Amino acid sequence: MKVTWSRRHVLETDDWSREEIEHVLDTANGMLEVLSRPIRRAPPLRGRTVILFFAEASTRTRVSFELAAKALSADVVNITATGSSVEKGESLLDTARTLEALGGDVLVIRHGSSGAPYFVAQRVGAAVINAGDGAHAHPTQGLLDAYTLRAKLGDLAGKRIVVVGDVLHSRVARSDINALVPLGARVTLSGPPTLLPAAWRCGDLPSGVGYEPDVDRALDGADGVIALRLQRERQEAGLLPSIREYARTWGLTEPRVATMRPGAPVMHPGPMNEGVEIDAAVAHGARSLIEEQVTNGVAVRMALLYLLIAGGEPRLIVGAEPPTSIAGGEPPATPLPTGVV
Amino acid sequence: MTTFDRRALEAAGYLVVPGFIDLHVHLREPGFEDSETIASGARAALRGGFTTVCAMPNTEPAIDSPGLIAELVARAKAANAARVLPVATITRGRKGKELADLVELAAAGAVAFSDDGSPVDDARLFRSALEYARAADRPVLEHPQDLALSARGVMHEGRVSADLGLPGIPAAAEEAAIARDLALAKLSGARLHLQHVSTARSVELVRRAKADGLAVTCEVTPHHLALTDAWVAGDRTVAWEGRPSPRATPFDASTKVNPPLRTEGDVRALWDALADGTIDAIATDHAPHASVKKDVEYDLAAFGISGLETALPLLLGGVDAGWAALDTVIAALTTGPARVLGIDVPDDDWTVVDRAATWIVTAAGLASKGKNTPLLGRELRGRVVMSVVGGDVRYEGDLRAAPLAVR
Ligand SMILES: [Zn+2]
Repeated sequence: MKVTWSRRHVLETDDWSREEIEHVLDTANGMLEVLSRPIRRAPPLRGRTVILFFAEASTRTRVSFELAAKALSADVVNITATGSSVEKGESLLDTARTLEALGGDVLVIRHGSSGAPYFVAQRVGAAVINAGDGAHAHPTQGLLDAYTLRAKLGDLAGKRIVVVGDVLHSRVARSDINALVPLGARVTLSGPPTLLPAAWRCGDLPSGVGYEPDVDRALDGADGVIALRLQRERQEAGLLPSIREYARTWGLTEPRVATMRPGAPVMHPGPMNEGVEIDAAVAHGARSLIEEQVTNGVAVRMALLYLLIAGGEPRLIVGAEPPTSIAGGEPPATPLPTGVV
Repeated sequence: MTTFDRRALEAAGYLVVPGFIDLHVHLREPGFEDSETIASGARAALRGGFTTVCAMPNTEPAIDSPGLIAELVARAKAANAARVLPVATITRGRKGKELADLVELAAAGAVAFSDDGSPVDDARLFRSALEYARAADRPVLEHPQDLALSARGVMHEGRVSADLGLPGIPAAAEEAAIARDLALAKLSGARLHLQHVSTARSVELVRRAKADGLAVTCEVTPHHLALTDAWVAGDRTVAWEGRPSPRATPFDASTKVNPPLRTEGDVRALWDALADGTIDAIATDHAPHASVKKDVEYDLAAFGISGLETALPLLLGGVDAGWAALDTVIAALTTGPARVLGIDVPDDDWTVVDRAATWIVTAAGLASKGKNTPLLGRELRGRVVMSVVGGDVRYEGDLRAAPLAVR
């Protein structure tokens, strides 16, 4: 079916339709094809600028966006927190003004405060992509997880995906819900009661989402599981008796994941604490799609950059010939990261 | 200058009522004059129909000495706008460590004591404050909040905070503090006044305490009577509106206020408590802030809503929806707060209201230096057109020849 792309920003997918999400995932299919070429580069965003503003350190997500932008031949400007005016106490308002002055077609923002991308999007002309804001959202992660699950399981309608861990502080959990539920999947949250938002724990949950504190019951017959990273500070904050107890009670072990449906995949947004939320044998085992998540992340981000910049224009490059015209001059893009950093 | 002619104004269709008394405003002077001054705040009060306001002492320095009270009173007199009644701190410097000189402060003109914004965490010290306030015959205005429970919260803890990934302030942070305060009020026999109660269980606790004969009173703000936590997510539907308003951008810091905007159920319970007399007064908790404190990330923004000038139209909306009688609301703006303070309603202070006038809230249109209200851009119905202090017309707005009659 024909979808007209009308999104100006990618701030969170909570109000996206199934068709919009599928359109992004379908577009990412074509991008994955570009990434499989010997020279991972296509020309559609040549002359366009993508600004990466990371006010919170995250090499993985930043590199993924950088590779995505470069694979579409966009120019990339990096602004990181360390050493920048952000660290010197510049206000977000001043930063937004600076970013606006720099121009740029797309502004990718990672920020420690929930809602910061909305604040910036109101004050700049560029399209804004939220690369993670506080405990609120990480929509490109949600979309890449949806992409990875769909590639493995096919239609997600009726599929049950378990998200286990520190849901309270997790922007990934929220964005997974907001990407998977519109596709027809059900999400079962599991984890310690103190690491679930109180309202959700008490039954006031988004539609399509349930809570099962017992991870063994949650995993039984599930179609897939996403483990969340556990920050060690949660123990000091009085939210957990101990990391050891957490690992024993909610950590993904081989016997636990074996109770899912045959072949049901295991995912993790990274970086992992092996031996805490996930055992090494599971992280590197046959069910693990953790490496695929990394590659798919680049493809999904390419799709979003492409749609935001050229989405209204009918010059889709997907399926086009390899970009021989630039092959002579351009070195291959940085190799894709494989494995887990 | 026009003279105040009650009969003529009423004949012309205006609502003429005694001047409103606001138990809870932040005038920011001294120390934070970029947010508000005594003069600008007292003028904003008149625009909202408040002819008397109680100035909270969380200034810099905090109002904890007779000299500072005298200075405040002198500046308010010079402003020649609303009457300003000084509230002194409970503890020296509002630090919650040792009592301020409460007897001397009362003698110097403090009408009440409050460490608003920083509840006295130490129960034994708070008990002493209540005993002293009783001896000085002044009420203690308490901001009930368990600081350990509210922790780093920035909005009401509930479904909306869960969805937005913002740290929440549970209703229990207020209710637990109220339970403690009521126990201490009973122990001391003092006049305890609970500021800005915001939850259904809070008013239930007060209702029972009153039934037990405790000398407890409480106030509610217009924003807690009209807005819900959904506003943080960008919803702009006033509690009694059946039809949703167009959405605004989520995470707008103008919705950040302490106590936080609560749920629809809480809002209904607050109106019920207003109607049955559990709530004694409506107070604005007018908390103006310079834009640098609000035009920032949600979690970093200052708490507070600039509320003096939008209070009455919000309340009239609830009256029009049938959630309380007009007389109840007017009493909670006049005789109710006077009773809390133990004063008489000044007999020649008046507020004149055009109930049918509609107006749009704009930053430029507010007399307050604090433009921090989530109502900016919104059309409100009902407007104060004249405020009279001691028979003197100190504010006159857009007096139409013949205001439309209201059903
Ligand atoms: Zn307060």
